[in-house]
Amino acid sequence: MKQNITSLEISIKDLTKRYGKIYALDTVSLDIKAGEFLTLLGPSGSGKTTLLMAIAGFNRPDSGSIKFANQEMILTPPHKREVGMVFQNYALFPHMSVFENIGFPLKLRKAPNDQIKEKVHDALKTVQLSDYANRKIDQLSGGQRQRVALARAFVFGPRILLMDEPLSALDKKLREQMQIELKQLHRKLGVTTVYVTHDQREALTMSDRIAVINEGKIEQLGTPKEIYNSPNSSFVADFIGESSFLQLNRKGDDLYFSSEKIITNKKLNKNKEWAMVIRPERLSIVNKSYRKNSSNIHFSGEISELVFQGETALALVKLMEGNFLSVRLSTKSSDDFNNLKTGNKIQLCMNRKDVIIIPH
Amino acid sequence: MNEKLLKSAERKEQLLLTALTIPALISVTLIIVIPVGWLFSLSFLGKSGDFSLENYQKMIVYKSYFRVFKTTFNVSFLTTIFCILLGYPLAYFLSQVPKKLVGIFMITVLLPFWTSLLVRTYAWLVLLQKKGMINNFAIDMGIWETPIKLAHNLNGTLVGMIHIMLPFMVLPLYAAMQRIDRQTMQAASNLGASPIQAFWQIFVPLSLPGVAAGSLIVFILCLGFYVTPAVLGGGKVIMVSMQITAILEDQFNWGAASALGVVLLVTTFIFLLLASRFLKLDSIMFGKH
Repeated sequence: MKQNITSLEISIKDLTKRYGKIYALDTVSLDIKAGEFLTLLGPSGSGKTTLLMAIAGFNRPDSGSIKFANQEMILTPPHKREVGMVFQNYALFPHMSVFENIGFPLKLRKAPNDQIKEKVHDALKTVQLSDYANRKIDQLSGGQRQRVALARAFVFGPRILLMDEPLSALDKKLREQMQIELKQLHRKLGVTTVYVTHDQREALTMSDRIAVINEGKIEQLGTPKEIYNSPNSSFVADFIGESSFLQLNRKGDDLYFSSEKIITNKKLNKNKEWAMVIRPERLSIVNKSYRKNSSNIHFSGEISELVFQGETALALVKLMEGNFLSVRLSTKSSDDFNNLKTGNKIQLCMNRKDVIIIPH
Repeated sequence: MNEKLLKSAERKEQLLLTALTIPALISVTLIIVIPVGWLFSLSFLGKSGDFSLENYQKMIVYKSYFRVFKTTFNVSFLTTIFCILLGYPLAYFLSQVPKKLVGIFMITVLLPFWTSLLVRTYAWLVLLQKKGMINNFAIDMGIWETPIKLAHNLNGTLVGMIHIMLPFMVLPLYAAMQRIDRQTMQAASNLGASPIQAFWQIFVPLSLPGVAAGSLIVFILCLGFYVTPAVLGGGKVIMVSMQITAILEDQFNWGAASALGVVLLVTTFIFLLLASRFLKLDSIMFGKH
């Protein structure tokens, strides 16, 4: 019951939006739970921003329905939707101070002055900018502007919060810090949040659920773990995380890579080709004392490239079969990386549980 | 080490760059500094040819000079106000029209701009005079019964000047409106502002730099107007530039004419100075933020 006070569920059904011949949204249906942090993840031009803008009311879809807690919203103009939004470039009002920016939605709702003051100061405290109320917008850094935009979006108590790549203009360190802060804020406010990003790592870090969008369609919807561990298409597998693809051969009801039998619990559709997706960090290099066993899959090959990246290293391995696999290595001084050279012949193993099979 | 060598190379380079400004300096000196300086010195010469302040004293003693300045500022001020009232909706329209169509509508703003000022002024005279098109039309339609005096007075002057000045208002306004981020308006609407509230509370304040720039250009250009008030004012609207001509034609008094010019120039400068103090002029003119 508590969630009904602070957040609303969003129900999107068969939403379609065309620009000329291109479908920005192609019969998209999506149920967002009350209080959930849902990320729309996809490459640029995939339709994720179009979907967000449709929820906010800034574009009118050609057909379909958007409901907030069972109430149809598709015809409601944006200023009557009571939805908070953080824009990509923050869209702060440059002619107003920080205080006036955050107080703007309250003033429009004719809140008494002392209440505006109290709420703005509470919001400023939440985003840790208490001392900045009287600053002008052009006196703020990018990170501070981001916080002001955020405070302005939630100060009037909207039960849905939308964010359009709010962190994309910040540098990497600040971005990672803000990701954690946004997640904490979401937990505190408990408001239904729809977040748009093209950064898969950001999506994995922050979301309760992720909707992967491509060419106007939702490719996959699931928790970060589900999306990462069991992508259901090559697009999702490729877009989220690093991956190598190995084409599989079919013999009867079984799938093989070279002579290795890959066991799968998927029901095989006769007409489809299948591939195996391998995450680089799920592979390990086999040392001399290792004994082959049936719970692992094995590969052998030669290191063709070795790249040091700080916390980890990446090895590109050319398999005997001619395919290439990426392998993540630890860079601890006691570990493999320091004893390896390009051209070394190595053996790799991977737990069968980590095998991902996708139609290809 | 080679510190000295590098320093002298840098000095040489700076000298070379400075030398590039010489043609500009020469032309500015020839075209502006010398003539203006000459007029300035003339204004301090009395009838006898000696140094004297009599030209400036006259301006204080005779009421007619004060009236001329008052008319000049009055006409410039009214023209500016009407240009804002007419230009703002026009610029707003241009800023909202799809990019592809802007060019077509812009031509309607610029076309009169490219027509000769004299032609346009006489065209207005044809339209506005006692038996002109407007009076005839109004009487035929029964809007008013006897011809109304539209030209040869302040009304006629204002109509002509507003028409000529409008592009100078619309262009900076349009530029300022173009710079307003569309997302800012979306944000206002998202936060609960109706389209009318968003327009007045966000769009208008953000377009004010354009209003200021346009007003300043229009006002200052109006101060020096000659042809339009001369033709459409019918001798009733006497502005500073007309007074200068009158003094030269009637009295052939270069000193008095120069003094008037100097006072107009100085007041214009004072206006610019005040404007730059209150309006942050460089941010308007050069689009800095």
